[in-house]
Amino acid sequence: MDWTALWLSLRLAALTILILLPVGILAGRWLACHDFRGKGVAEALVALPLVLPPTVFGYYLLVILGATSPIGHWWQTTFGQPLVFTFTGLLLASIIFNLPFAIQPIQRAFEAIPADVREAAACCGMAPWQALLKVELPLAWPGILTAMVLSFAHTLGEFGIVLMVGGSIPGETRTIAIAIYDRVQAFDNAAASQMSAFLLAISLVTIALTFAFSRRIGRRLG
Amino acid sequence: MSTMSGLRVNLAQAEPIALAATFECAEGELHALVGPSGSGKSTVLRAIAGTYSARSGRVRVNGEVWLDTAAGICLPPHRRAVGMVFQSYALFPHMTALGNVMAAMGHIPASLRESRGRELLELVHLSGLEHRRPAALSGGQQQRVAVARALAREPRVLLLDEPFAAVDKSTRQRLYREIAELRRLLNMPVVLVTHDLDEATMLADRMTVLHQGRSLQCGSPEEITRHPASAEVAHLVDVRNVFRGCISSDDPQHNRLTIDWNGCPIVAGTKAGLRSGDGITWAIPDGFIVLHRRDRPSRGEHENPVRGHIESLIVIGQTAHLTLRPAHEPALPIHFSVPLHVARRNRIEETAEVTVSLLAEGIHIMADTATAGAE
Repeated sequence: MDWTALWLSLRLAALTILILLPVGILAGRWLACHDFRGKGVAEALVALPLVLPPTVFGYYLLVILGATSPIGHWWQTTFGQPLVFTFTGLLLASIIFNLPFAIQPIQRAFEAIPADVREAAACCGMAPWQALLKVELPLAWPGILTAMVLSFAHTLGEFGIVLMVGGSIPGETRTIAIAIYDRVQAFDNAAASQMSAFLLAISLVTIALTFAFSRRIGRRLG
Repeated sequence: MSTMSGLRVNLAQAEPIALAATFECAEGELHALVGPSGSGKSTVLRAIAGTYSARSGRVRVNGEVWLDTAAGICLPPHRRAVGMVFQSYALFPHMTALGNVMAAMGHIPASLRESRGRELLELVHLSGLEHRRPAALSGGQQQRVAVARALAREPRVLLLDEPFAAVDKSTRQRLYREIAELRRLLNMPVVLVTHDLDEATMLADRMTVLHQGRSLQCGSPEEITRHPASAEVAHLVDVRNVFRGCISSDDPQHNRLTIDWNGCPIVAGTKAGLRSGDGITWAIPDGFIVLHRRDRPSRGEHENPVRGHIESLIVIGQTAHLTLRPAHEPALPIHFSVPLHVARRNRIEETAEVTVSLLAEGIHIMADTATAGAE
């Protein structure tokens, strides 16, 4: 069992959802509540990671974040270390490839709140931020939870993009999915099987807990 | 700034939804906005609440300006002291009945909210159900929570958007009585949106008829149904007997004007500004059409008698709804109703030959429009 890889994966997944939580809520609510020119293009861009092969997506990230790109160069000169093949670069890639998993369920959850319930909050004297906190977030909560669980599970399991952007540096970019692949390549099936079973258990428990929680909220809301 | 009390609304825009609505509602008055679906009633209500931004207009409440596009003033909805009851009630499903009411009390100290919330729920006869969520309440109970929540804001205006549409008939009758009682306790303008003319007539002091976003006529329900301003209003308030004709003679001295209705002379009260030969539209409400007894002459038989045959007889409850095809012009049917026992006693049945009188006092003359007489 590669505990370092597991810890790195859990850290990566936790930081990803921590950053994606506000991003997903703001972007999801914006897409749900506003009609604007180019909304279709914006939604297509958000959904792109769902359909693009991970290696293709990883390749483009490598090109965009690489030391020779403007972003990579700026990062290197500002922070003194490259973006690619580092944990920070991996986190950035993880945030980008999880955007559809975070934004889409939250967008659907906000869309499901009836327009007159939003208007009722305003007519009750609630400023937009109060309406968001007291009415919209409690109602959109199951969607937000689903988004976070999907992003967490997806980060733990992502392979292609991680390999392209991060490689397999122990303690820096070697996630548990990469470690499993390494163990299989080294014919260490026992370790691979142990780690796979562990990942399976984590995924199953998280998904089951989410479903149970969503059902409970659903019953509460009638 | 004006010191006028009550609500004054003046909205105008060409698109995306055409609006040209003007009306006033005094404190303590219940003003109904009446019109068919899509007539812009709810949009006007939302423009008062601020959840819809009209491109041009003014909304003033007790002299306070909520909207004045010319002056660049547009208060957001949470800064307008408005109580709104939505058609679907729009209760917050994750909060209890008491929680819903307390959610609208951001303006009073937190320590006072619960006791005030309980008082309001008691006012709408919901004591004991404070801790139920909306899903566990009936339609009528949800409507009451919505009313209590609207009042919790201590509004300057109460807006009711078809609040009785989603409940059964017996609950609706009970809620009518409760709203009428509640009105006596409130001294604020109340605006009721409804497509149900009977509801407006029963509850409202005044009403505005809206069609395609335009306010066509304001007045008391009786005034509007008795004296619709145009054939369009007449059709909207369900005055079905609207016809075209022309003035054949006018005798203002004796308050007597004769209309040539496709060859049949109809005598009515005189109206200023009309001359012989003018084309007009005239209407007569159901209640001013008198059926002559068939066995012996009736009183008033000489007043605008119209002979014809009954084309249809529909019985609803204890009322017979009749359609008469006049002998002189069968293409212009007259609709009226009589108590069922009157229809039976006179042996009224389809194809029966009868005579009716169109009472002069009920004949209302309007400006001529091409839409009249379409029925």
